[in-house]
Amino acid sequence: MWTWFHKLASPPHFYRTAALLSPWFAVPGLALIAWGTWQGLFVVPMDYQQGDAFRIIYVHVPSAYLSLMAYMIMATGGAIGLIWRMKLSHAVAAAAAPIGAAFTFLALATGSIWGRPMWGTWWEWGDPRMMSELILLFLYFGYMALRAAIDDTAKADKASAVLAIVGVVNVVIVHFSVEWWSSLHQGQTVFKRGTMDADMKTALLIMILGFTLLFGSMLLRRIRTEVLYRERRTRWVRDMILSPKGGG
Amino acid sequence: MKPRQQRMLAIGLAALGIAIAAGLTLRALEDNMMFFVEVSDVVAGNHPSERNFRIGGLVVGGSVQREEGSLDVSFEVTDTACTMPVVYSGVLPDLFREGQGVVAHGRIGDDGVFVADKILAKHDENYMAPEVAESLSKHQKDIQAAVARGTEGCNPNDS
Repeated sequence: MWTWFHKLASPPHFYRTAALLSPWFAVPGLALIAWGTWQGLFVVPMDYQQGDAFRIIYVHVPSAYLSLMAYMIMATGGAIGLIWRMKLSHAVAAAAAPIGAAFTFLALATGSIWGRPMWGTWWEWGDPRMMSELILLFLYFGYMALRAAIDDTAKADKASAVLAIVGVVNVVIVHFSVEWWSSLHQGQTVFKRGTMDADMKTALLIMILGFTLLFGSMLLRRIRTEVLYRERRTRWVRDMILSPKGGG
Repeated sequence: MKPRQQRMLAIGLAALGIAIAAGLTLRALEDNMMFFVEVSDVVAGNHPSERNFRIGGLVVGGSVQREEGSLDVSFEVTDTACTMPVVYSGVLPDLFREGQGVVAHGRIGDDGVFVADKILAKHDENYMAPEVAESLSKHQKDIQAAVARGTEGCNPNDS
C-alpha cells in the first residue's frame, strides 16, 4: 500500500513525476486566474461602500492565503524530514520558502495599496494583523538566510526545520489576529455565510483555486531544481545528463 | 521506543511548549495587542491616560458636523453600548461614513471629548453590490439598532 509513497520519495522518481505533473497544475491554474481576473475586474458588481477599489481583493486574499499555506507546507516538510529522515521532504520545505515569501510580500503590498484610500493609511504599526503578516515575511527571510548560512545540507535542513516549526505559532496568530484582538483589518469573510455577494464570492473562490494550482506548479518546478542540486553528485543525475536525450 | 517515535515525541512536546509560551506571552501583552480601545472601556476608565491611544467604534448617524470653510469636523462614536464625542481637523478617509466603523487616534480632553489627530476608516467583512445594499437591511438594521441604543444612557459594565 505504501509502495507508491516510498517510490515517490525516491529523488529520481519524484524528479520525473514532478515534470509530468507540473503542467497539470499550471495550465488549469492560469486558465482559472485568467477567468477569475476577467470576472473580478469586469463582471462582478462594485462594492456598495468601496466602489471599484474592493477588486484588489482578488489578488490580496489568494496571496494572503498562500502566504500561510506555503509556510505550513514548509514547516510540515521540515517536521516530516526531521522525524522520518526523509531528504525529499526537506527539499520540499526549501523549495516552498521563496514562493511563500513572494506571496507574503504580495499580500502586504496589495493590502497597503488598498489601505491608503480605504483606511486612510498605507501602514499602521501596532495593528496585530499587519504586524503578524510582516513577521511572517521576516520568518521566511530568516529561514532562507539560515539555510544559505550553513554549507552542510543535512545540517541546514535540520536547523531550518526547527526554525520553521517554531514559526508555526505565528501562522496561527496571523489567522486569528482579527478575532482575538481589535484590528483595523476586517474580520473573516470567505468562510462566513451571507457576508459577500454570491458573484463576488464565486470569482474570489476561482481566484483562490487558480492561485493555489499555480503555486502547486511553481512548487513542483522548484522542488525539481532543488532535488537536482542536492543529487548533483549521484549517478542517476550524471547518467541523465550524459544520456543522448540530455535529460529533461 | 524507536528513535523515530522519540523524534516525533520531541517535536510534539517542543511544539506544545512553544504554543503555551506564546499563549501566555500574548495574554500578558493583551492590552498592547489591541489596535484600539472600545468606547465602553474608555468610558469605564480602562484606557492609557499618559499617552495617546486609539478608540474604535461606529460613527453615529446624523452626528457628523463640519465647520464651514475649514477641515474641522466633529462626530460621535459608539460601540453600541456607549457613545463618545470626537473632534478632528484634517482630511477624512474615503470610507468615513455615518454608520460605518472608524478608528480615531488621539487623547481625551478634560471635557470628555476625544481630540483626534488621525482618523482611519475601518471596513467590515461585508461585500455587496450597491443595489443589494439598498434593499438589504440586516446590516443597516444592526447599525440603526446600535446607534439607537448608543444614544440612550450608557452602562459600560454591561458589555
